[in-house]
Amino acid sequence: MTPQTVASLANLGAFLGILLTVVPLMVWFERRGGALMQDRPGPNRLGPFGLLQPLADVFKFIFKEDVLPKEADRALYLMAPVLAVLPAFSTFVVIPLGPTIEWGGEELRMMVAPVETGVLLLLALASLGVYSLVIAGYASNNKYSLLGSIRASAQMISYELALTLAVVAVLLPVESFRLDLVVEAQIAGIWNIVPQALGFLVFLVAAFAETNRLPFDLPEAESELVAGYHTEYSAMRFASFFMAEYASMTVLSALGATLYFGGWHLPGVDLAALGIWGVVLGAGVLVAKIAVFLFLFVWVRWSFPRFRYDQLMAIGWKGLLPLAILNLLWVAGASLAGWL
Amino acid sequence: MELLVFAIFAGLALASALTVVLHRDPVKSTLSLVVTLFSTGVLFVLLGAPFVGVLQVLVYTGAIVVLFLFVVMLLNLQREARRSEPGGSFQKVAAGAGALAFAAFAGIAVWRTSADAEAAELTEAFVGLRGFSEELFERFLLPFEIIGLLLLVAVIAAYVVARRPEPERRLPTPLEKATGEARIDPVGEEAP
Repeated sequence: MTPQTVASLANLGAFLGILLTVVPLMVWFERRGGALMQDRPGPNRLGPFGLLQPLADVFKFIFKEDVLPKEADRALYLMAPVLAVLPAFSTFVVIPLGPTIEWGGEELRMMVAPVETGVLLLLALASLGVYSLVIAGYASNNKYSLLGSIRASAQMISYELALTLAVVAVLLPVESFRLDLVVEAQIAGIWNIVPQALGFLVFLVAAFAETNRLPFDLPEAESELVAGYHTEYSAMRFASFFMAEYASMTVLSALGATLYFGGWHLPGVDLAALGIWGVVLGAGVLVAKIAVFLFLFVWVRWSFPRFRYDQLMAIGWKGLLPLAILNLLWVAGASLAGWL
Repeated sequence: MELLVFAIFAGLALASALTVVLHRDPVKSTLSLVVTLFSTGVLFVLLGAPFVGVLQVLVYTGAIVVLFLFVVMLLNLQREARRSEPGGSFQKVAAGAGALAFAAFAGIAVWRTSADAEAAELTEAFVGLRGFSEELFERFLLPFEIIGLLLLVAVIAAYVVARRPEPERRLPTPLEKATGEARIDPVGEEAP
């Protein structure tokens, strides 16, 4: 095994560890945060501050009956939750956890897959997530589920465009798809949030839509569609859709932090000079930035009402897309003029 | 290891491609197309062209086939899935012609390829981002733009074909008048 393979495996372990800790924590924080905003206690019985509630939830999900609808398409129905989890838990492979370090004369890049295609790979894997929703809705043989998945496919395609254009604008001055170079460019210059605030706004809104979070949770709008594409799912299969949602929120938060807020960069500290401890510290910094993003996700969820379907489409195509193109033009012009 | 990955994904690509053509349920056919295109993407990566592979997944698997699926699901082709009788004479002729074309292409491919042929050198255009973009946006700029125009024409045509006839002209109901919003096309006040 080459040193880079070892580093990749270590990163894989670290990132999976982060995801598998964050997902249950988010389930807890979503409910406690909502409770806080609505001035009620929320789940506070199990463990300190109710922190053990997700554990109880896991047991509940495992021991609940797993219902298979009679008229459902069996193979597709069983496949959908797996397809939801797979992309959500694989997109993080190109996100750098810390600075590139020297080890035995070799450069070790602190990410699972140090490939040239970089963020493009992330986008490609993330774009597969829509199939789980579509298949789930179709296989359930339920009109609400089907409506949910049709909404999901339209919504995710519409917002993917704006998201990708926002990401492209970040990559433009760096001239690479590699996220570690994006971070290094921000350390050398200034965090991208300053020159590309508009792009960040587009990215953030599109990220909410891509993860089907309120105010964009139309695929599962409970007041119109029962629960949308996962109406018919129960027990652990139902839970896997939730796990996938929280995992993709976490990865998109990591991506947002990396693209616009310097990733693992801690201003004023030269982490690259600290060797292996710089990586550990960098990972900690990145997790802290992810936490801020996740707080924002919960904050927005309990603050805004859901959009109507035509509003959703209008925002995507008439609002975000022109803004994303405007941002791209500004970045391209500024790069040509040598300002970025 | 590389051979194993190749065997798995080449097999997957072939099997799913057959499913696309042979399966009765249009939704399942479309989903098989997803598997085919994804496997081809993996094969591109194996061939040492990661950009083409990732773009294949990003564009075809992640976007275009979703639209296919969207349309197929909206069209509600349940009848097609339940139909059991064999097709008419036209379908038989079409199937025969298709098989003939396939045999011709396969024959040419086998005929033109000798077993000891050297694989072509991978050029920068397939491997790197810079080379890929230079080929696409300099050498092939005109074809690229023309394809874009063609797609625009297709979109407009689809809109014209799919557009519903003009909605029924009618007066707004008292409720709509009171709230100031008409649910159906606001032909409103000047209508007789």
